[in-house]
Amino acid sequence: MRRVLAAALALLLAGPAVAQERVAISGGRVVTNAGAPLDGGTVLLSGGRVEAVLPAGAAVPAGYRALDARGKWVTPGIIAGMSQLGAAEVHAVDETNETVARSAPASAALALEVGLDPDETAIAITRIEGVTAAITAPFPGRTIFAGQGAIISLGDGVRQPIRARAFQHVAYGEMGSRIAGGTRPAAWAEIVNALDEAQRLRNGLVSPMRDQHRDLRVTRDDAEALVPVLAGAQPLLVRVNKAADIRQVLRLRTLYPGIRLVLVEAAEGWMVADEIARARVPVITLGMDNLPGRFETVGATMSNVGRMVAAGVTVALGTPDLDVSFQPRLLPQYAGNMVAQARLPGGVGLSWDQAFAAISRAPAEIFGLVDMGRLAPGARADLVIWSGDPLELSSAPEAVFIGGISQPMESRQTKLARRYLPGQPETGLPKAWTR
Amino acid sequence: MMLAGVMVAGLALSACATTAGGRSAATAKPAEPAAPVSKGVPADTAFASTYRPFPGVPTVITNVTIYDGKGGRVDGGAIRFEAGKVAAVGKAVPTAGATVIDGAGKWVTPGIIDVHSHLGNYPSPAVQAHSDGNEVTGPVRSEVWALHGVWPQDPGFGRALAGGVTTLHVLPGSANLFGGRGVTLKNVPGTTALDMVMPGAPWSLKMACGENPKRVYGSRNQMPGSRMGNVALMRQTWANAEKYRADRAKPGPQFRRDLQMETLADVLEGRILVQNHCYRADEMAMVIAMTKEFGYRVSAFHHAVEAYKIAPLLAAEGICVALWADWWGFKMESYDGIRENLPFVHAAGGCAITHSDDPHGIQRLNQETAKALADGRRMGLAIRDEDAWTWIGINAAKALGVADRVGSLEPGKQADVVLWNGDPLSVYSRPEKVWVDGALLYDASNPRLRPVSDFELGQAGEGDVK
Repeated sequence: MRRVLAAALALLLAGPAVAQERVAISGGRVVTNAGAPLDGGTVLLSGGRVEAVLPAGAAVPAGYRALDARGKWVTPGIIAGMSQLGAAEVHAVDETNETVARSAPASAALALEVGLDPDETAIAITRIEGVTAAITAPFPGRTIFAGQGAIISLGDGVRQPIRARAFQHVAYGEMGSRIAGGTRPAAWAEIVNALDEAQRLRNGLVSPMRDQHRDLRVTRDDAEALVPVLAGAQPLLVRVNKAADIRQVLRLRTLYPGIRLVLVEAAEGWMVADEIARARVPVITLGMDNLPGRFETVGATMSNVGRMVAAGVTVALGTPDLDVSFQPRLLPQYAGNMVAQARLPGGVGLSWDQAFAAISRAPAEIFGLVDMGRLAPGARADLVIWSGDPLELSSAPEAVFIGGISQPMESRQTKLARRYLPGQPETGLPKAWTR
Repeated sequence: MMLAGVMVAGLALSACATTAGGRSAATAKPAEPAAPVSKGVPADTAFASTYRPFPGVPTVITNVTIYDGKGGRVDGGAIRFEAGKVAAVGKAVPTAGATVIDGAGKWVTPGIIDVHSHLGNYPSPAVQAHSDGNEVTGPVRSEVWALHGVWPQDPGFGRALAGGVTTLHVLPGSANLFGGRGVTLKNVPGTTALDMVMPGAPWSLKMACGENPKRVYGSRNQMPGSRMGNVALMRQTWANAEKYRADRAKPGPQFRRDLQMETLADVLEGRILVQNHCYRADEMAMVIAMTKEFGYRVSAFHHAVEAYKIAPLLAAEGICVALWADWWGFKMESYDGIRENLPFVHAAGGCAITHSDDPHGIQRLNQETAKALADGRRMGLAIRDEDAWTWIGINAAKALGVADRVGSLEPGKQADVVLWNGDPLSVYSRPEKVWVDGALLYDASNPRLRPVSDFELGQAGEGDVK
């Protein structure tokens, strides 16, 4: 491990041109997400990209650093379908929490990337578990529009998001109702009012600030921020759970034909799965909720994801809630549970391939990240070498490449663990002197 | 008999309430022969468990891998249970008169015990009307009982059963320094909460240190507003309890029953076990110091995100620690969480327990255990699978004071048994059948053997595979 770290540091100091070394990873079970897994295949990385994926037995060309992955699994990096990564060092310490702007005058116009911290400790803590990129989202505060989220790389030292202002996030259902004034009609009116204002701006009509005839509930900045949503340039992520609420949200596709909807959570999605599929609307959800925690989730079941996928819906797993017990670094565990669900009599889950795609290829597809989520020539070299089946609880990443750069396998947590590992000899000094 | 006692006590209370306001209704009653005033019965009798094991048949599972919950493992083993109790565990067991299940490729474990749950007190749906887990009206509320707020319709009980949980300890929340009494339940959802109480299990006292009490009361400009205030108020309360205990031992004419002090005095006399919410190593050390001053002990520290920093101290004191596998970072006192907390405590010779504190987590305590086990092994610790199962087996039973009846598969113990469809330390495995006291109450392949709470009847997804 120390050697890997030293190598990574040396590469970083030498600059990215050298850091994106040519690497040949051979002998492992290669999950490409672009066809059947290749046992004993070779993945060539070069210039921060996947250069080639070769079948077992193919000759490895010269000039590549060889990594022996025999007995290991080689996969694209995990993409967290939704998270707050980079946006909160300690959730309960408000000064470090960029996810909710409770009393800000602006809403849809807020752009999360301004507040993202690439040095947040959760980045490394999550990276060493095989997560190489994340959809990171603001949370609704004063109004139901949370603002614009980003797609970030978890690469060490990466300062820029992969995509800023990647989507707009809005709450409907119980959360939307509460924020909008107490009812779903109030939340709906707020969504329609804001999108109509954006429509008027887009059509070159008078600025809402000067229009005396309309009751304005969004600022001009917010309305302007929604223009790309109407144009379909920015997907609109709608937090919604109840079957009836999902049907209502799907009507936005008719009212605003250019809009690209993504449903978030969708606990009762299975009850309207055919309608979601017909509307070609993808879903991002945790997949693990099976309790009627709210009246809008009365139908919650861990068969939800399996049933939606069976109906033809693209589903990515993510951690869209602020409930910190569900962490993006645990997405492989959740995907594994989708496989387990399929093995229960009467349960509907996912095949292994579908489950792994739900934490890698599916989020890439939903956000149009064409060079991510797969191991294929030209794809970003975001790749993980696992000790075994990545969805299994006993497995762990042994090496992580992001943008072709070998990542340090250390975090604040690994350092704490090393300091307190049982059975170490006394140093004659307090713990604060040990590192 | 018991009902009558409660009713008489109720009438007496209402009589007291009306005397101050004027004529008591009781005085207007026609004269009757003077009935002797009921002396009532002790609280433990009045609130006695009405749990009755459900009927089962003598059952044998053969050819199965067994983690026995106390660190033992039998490959190609067998178990027999009948009359609600484990009869035999080993390579082979008598099969006469029993329903025999072939366990080839499957695993058997004792039913999982969760020492930290709020099911029933913070049930689903989590509407305000159901929020009964914290008596947030004062930092010392040792007089309240979690039992009195348990809603037995909580669908979470049934989900936990499908996750292999057969015993759970429901605790008040952590808003208060002294949160009230916790109760150990058999996970057989009943019509009343008393139908679920494990007979003979000791009560616990929930205590909390750290951020929660000082935040809740400090924000009201009330003590405690700091960790200093936390400890000062806990010490003063113990001092009051010492006095009460002495007075109770020799009650004079001025002695008046005080429910708040009664629970604390029972702790000082060792009849009630302390379950102490505490995250940080330095604070756990302060609590241990306080237990020396007042002569009580902590049964388990809960959450204990920094237990790994003082694992030898906790082992030496014989205090269990109930932990998440990997929760961290959501507040300052959880900032130093590591993935190896459970295995580090175990490796130091301590009593490590995997707990949930969560209606979803309780369904996967086997997975949480498996993750922590793997993380420990990667740090070079040699811990066997069957050792790790003690974290949700006998160690959990010890912390609750019920290790003589549950937590391991041994002859004479309650037949709380889970048959898994594969290695329960794998993400792909789930309980296939769950017996509680020898009664088959969950069968993954039989929709009739799946609890559907009153709340769920007639709702979307009724009886679904959850």
